[in-house]
Amino acid sequence: MTIATEKSAATAQSPASQPGAPKRVGIPKEIAAGERRVAATPETVKKLQKLGFDVLVEQGAGAAAEFSDDAYRAAGCEVLDSAADLWQQADIILKVQPPQADATGGHEADRLQADKTLISFIWPAQNEALLNQLKERQASVLAMDAIPRISRAQKMDALSSMANIAGYRAVIEAANQFGRFFTGQITAAGKVPPCKVLVIGAGVAGLAAVGTAKSLGAIVRAFDTRPVVKEQVESMGAEFLELVFEEDGTGEGGYAKTMSPEFIAAEMALFAEQAREVDIIITTALIPGKPAPKLITQDMVESMKPGSVIVDMAAEQGGNCDVTKPGEVYRYNGVTIVGITDFPSRMARQSSLLYGNNLCHLLSDMGGSEKYQINLEDEVVRGALITHEGEITWPAPKPAQPAPKPAAKLPETPEATAQAKPKSPFPWQFVWPAIAALALVGVGIGAPSSFLSHFTVFVLSCFIGWQVIWNVSPSLHTPLMSVTNAISGIIIIGGMLQLSGPLSSATTILGAIAVFVGTINIAGGFLVTQRMLKMFRK
Amino acid sequence: MTLSSNLVTVAYIAAIVLFILSLSGLSNQETAKRGNLYGIAGMAIAFAATAFSAQVSGYSTLISVIAPGLMIGAILAARVEMTSMPELVAILHSFVGLAAVLVGVGNYLQPESLVGVEETIHQLEVYIGVFIGAVTFTGSVVAFGKLRAIISSKPLTLPGRHLLNLAMLGGTVYLGYLFMTAAGTEGFVPMLGMIAIASLLGIHLVAAIGGADMPVVISMLNSYSGWAAAAAGFMLSNDLLIVTGALVGSSGAILSIIMCKAMNRSFLSVILGGFGAGAAKGGSSASGGPVGEATSIDVAETVELLNDAQSVIITPGYGMAVAQAQHAVADITKILRDRGVKVRFGIHPVAGRLPGHMNVLLAEANVPYDIVQEMDEINEDFSATDLVLVIGANDTVNPSAAEDPTSPIAGMPVLEVWQAANVIVMKRSLSTGYAGVDNPLFYKENTQMLFGDAKANVSAILAQLQESGTAASPALAAAAR
Repeated sequence: MTIATEKSAATAQSPASQPGAPKRVGIPKEIAAGERRVAATPETVKKLQKLGFDVLVEQGAGAAAEFSDDAYRAAGCEVLDSAADLWQQADIILKVQPPQADATGGHEADRLQADKTLISFIWPAQNEALLNQLKERQASVLAMDAIPRISRAQKMDALSSMANIAGYRAVIEAANQFGRFFTGQITAAGKVPPCKVLVIGAGVAGLAAVGTAKSLGAIVRAFDTRPVVKEQVESMGAEFLELVFEEDGTGEGGYAKTMSPEFIAAEMALFAEQAREVDIIITTALIPGKPAPKLITQDMVESMKPGSVIVDMAAEQGGNCDVTKPGEVYRYNGVTIVGITDFPSRMARQSSLLYGNNLCHLLSDMGGSEKYQINLEDEVVRGALITHEGEITWPAPKPAQPAPKPAAKLPETPEATAQAKPKSPFPWQFVWPAIAALALVGVGIGAPSSFLSHFTVFVLSCFIGWQVIWNVSPSLHTPLMSVTNAISGIIIIGGMLQLSGPLSSATTILGAIAVFVGTINIAGGFLVTQRMLKMFRK
Repeated sequence: MTLSSNLVTVAYIAAIVLFILSLSGLSNQETAKRGNLYGIAGMAIAFAATAFSAQVSGYSTLISVIAPGLMIGAILAARVEMTSMPELVAILHSFVGLAAVLVGVGNYLQPESLVGVEETIHQLEVYIGVFIGAVTFTGSVVAFGKLRAIISSKPLTLPGRHLLNLAMLGGTVYLGYLFMTAAGTEGFVPMLGMIAIASLLGIHLVAAIGGADMPVVISMLNSYSGWAAAAAGFMLSNDLLIVTGALVGSSGAILSIIMCKAMNRSFLSVILGGFGAGAAKGGSSASGGPVGEATSIDVAETVELLNDAQSVIITPGYGMAVAQAQHAVADITKILRDRGVKVRFGIHPVAGRLPGHMNVLLAEANVPYDIVQEMDEINEDFSATDLVLVIGANDTVNPSAAEDPTSPIAGMPVLEVWQAANVIVMKRSLSTGYAGVDNPLFYKENTQMLFGDAKANVSAILAQLQESGTAASPALAAAAR
């Protein structure tokens, strides 16, 4: 493969520009302070190669996430010495953090050449200057954070995959600060009450936090303004806290929207009550494009038990808690406030793998190496594309797909149809007994007594059969059929009664044939049943 | 040695009791084997009592037909593949039908000294018995042909087929009138005419029913064969035949009802047939087809998911039987269970071509029966399940039955596999199932399609599972979620 010496590779004049040659994907080392993630791991590199790409990796790109250069080489990557070479040679650059100024005074964005593609987190709403800078480069830039949240794009949704990790890590950080068990225990040394965790905001991160806290043994409660998530919360084993208040907070794209003042008042009362009771609060409430809502006031923090922990996952956007200091862990009045903003980066191996997978799925959707193209018709690509051919293409025009319908509306349709179905006006339930009664009277009048005694036997047998068969276990239906089939071979009795005449008579011959086929039936039916029943074992 | 008629009657009573015990023994797995033995004992007693009764003397003839019959039956039973059980059951039904026809005709040709009402009733019994027998015979032969794929399993929908059936019934009644009024054995000609019509009716009735409704057809034919035996009992004044026929007849009827309930359709609509063709049009125009894109998955990723799952439910369908994949499925089950994974099977009542077909196949492959559960038992558990493997099933896992009131299969109870965290559907293509209805399951976010032959895929999964051991990569599985 491409484990060529670095020098010779560097001198090659952008071989990928030739038509038909595989596209080259470049993985630079992240230069943002504290960022440990990398945009491809040796595992996701293999997937990229399966899509037809050649992969270039900057020296030390995976070091912070414990992926050595040798591991990349073993996976078939070319490892390059300098970031400059990498940006120069690769056709598609995959990154985690938005391009930024490097130590030498340059800027990553300036390395991006025209007609190349950069895929990374960009946060265009917050980084307008960067957006303009990228536009000048005449390259195509796709922002992972701008991928539309539609079903098809779930596998590329890096926000979700990162939020999942963040939610997990938030609980782990809380546990680290919290001086007690999560799970309740009764030990020889005494009884330990279980820890109570309140999770505010049940998005991906919130649900991941709920699941993690639950599996550590805590009593978990969760709150969200969107009633639809109640089921999801409960499915994770947590209690869903509800306000006695009718307002649906479901906004566009599955995010929450800002609520009315009355609602917020009720919500705050609930939080104040919970703050006195719970040991750990994890907040994940975000509203897109706005600073995080303040949900935990200073008063509430002061009302919490000493030793409690608040993890504010919205710290980067200003925090859900009044006293959060972004990026810091400190004690306020006996309560530990965790304002960490780099949860995914703290689990760099895990998050690099998932982020790398998201990127693979995106590139796979864009056609792989051979059919690679930026298709403006593709809703996902169009949504993520923020600059293209020197134009700012963000935000993408709204697709026709609106926010999910309110859940309450859905069940009405089938119900309405069911009710619209007119009830049968004729009382059929009385018809059958009436017919049966008439038939019985008819039989009673017309038939001789010898027939009636047989008829009695017949009717009673039907009822016995009816009662007995309902008890048969459905898994034994096939053996039941073959047994009843064998039993119905009893018809040979009829044949036997007929075959004692002279051999030449038609009756005898017919009887003999009847006995013959009936016997096949009996033997076959019973034996195959026996064979089947032997197979059923516990 | 001959037994007095009283002794014969007592022996018949014993046989009847044993038959009832036999059927009730099948109510659960522990007593089922004993139930079958009761059935054999009952049959032996009934046979011996009849053979030694005063009415039977042609022993050489009897032995010369019984012996080859037993041999053929035993060979059939020993050789049949478990996947071909439906065919065997169908062909055996046809034998009962044939025997009923022969016994009826033979009985008619053997003049009895009955007069007045008794004679009328006796003739009626003969006529009805032969009619049911003939319908059972040809119907079962057609069912056999369809199950063997000798005959196309598509429903045959002749124009005006309901009228045709009615006309045939009318003809039967008219010939019956001629038959009843004929003197001596002159009714033989109308009777032959009736046999011809009944044979056509049997062929037409079953030909109109499509492949996936076969469980209903088979149990219905089972029921008919019982009624034929009961009718023969009436004509011979033999209570044993009446009781046995009635037991079998009601058993088949109940099975038919259970199957129809499982499809949320009326018995009549299944029996009159022609379901697949009409519904296909309704399906595509009503729903406009499901939107979205199916995600495909390969064997390696499937194994990753299996490695990561704590609870797995497998829902097999007829496709598993066709591909003969049950043994490999059972081996996968065993490996997963040995690792402590909770594996269960969810069986839809109409999965397969015979009531309980899947259970028999899984039992053959040594899957413990207590992890094979019915739809009603398992449906609530899907939401707490990590992974569902759908192997060769389609309509029985179609969410539109529950979600789309305009769907042709709306209201049919289905296995709610889509509630699980992940669903892998093993299937050849995205094509529709028997009902001709698109399956939105394939386009759900948590559904992955594993295309290809079920046997090949399942075997590949098995091989990789054996290699991979317990060391799995949970990360990938999480990514796919």
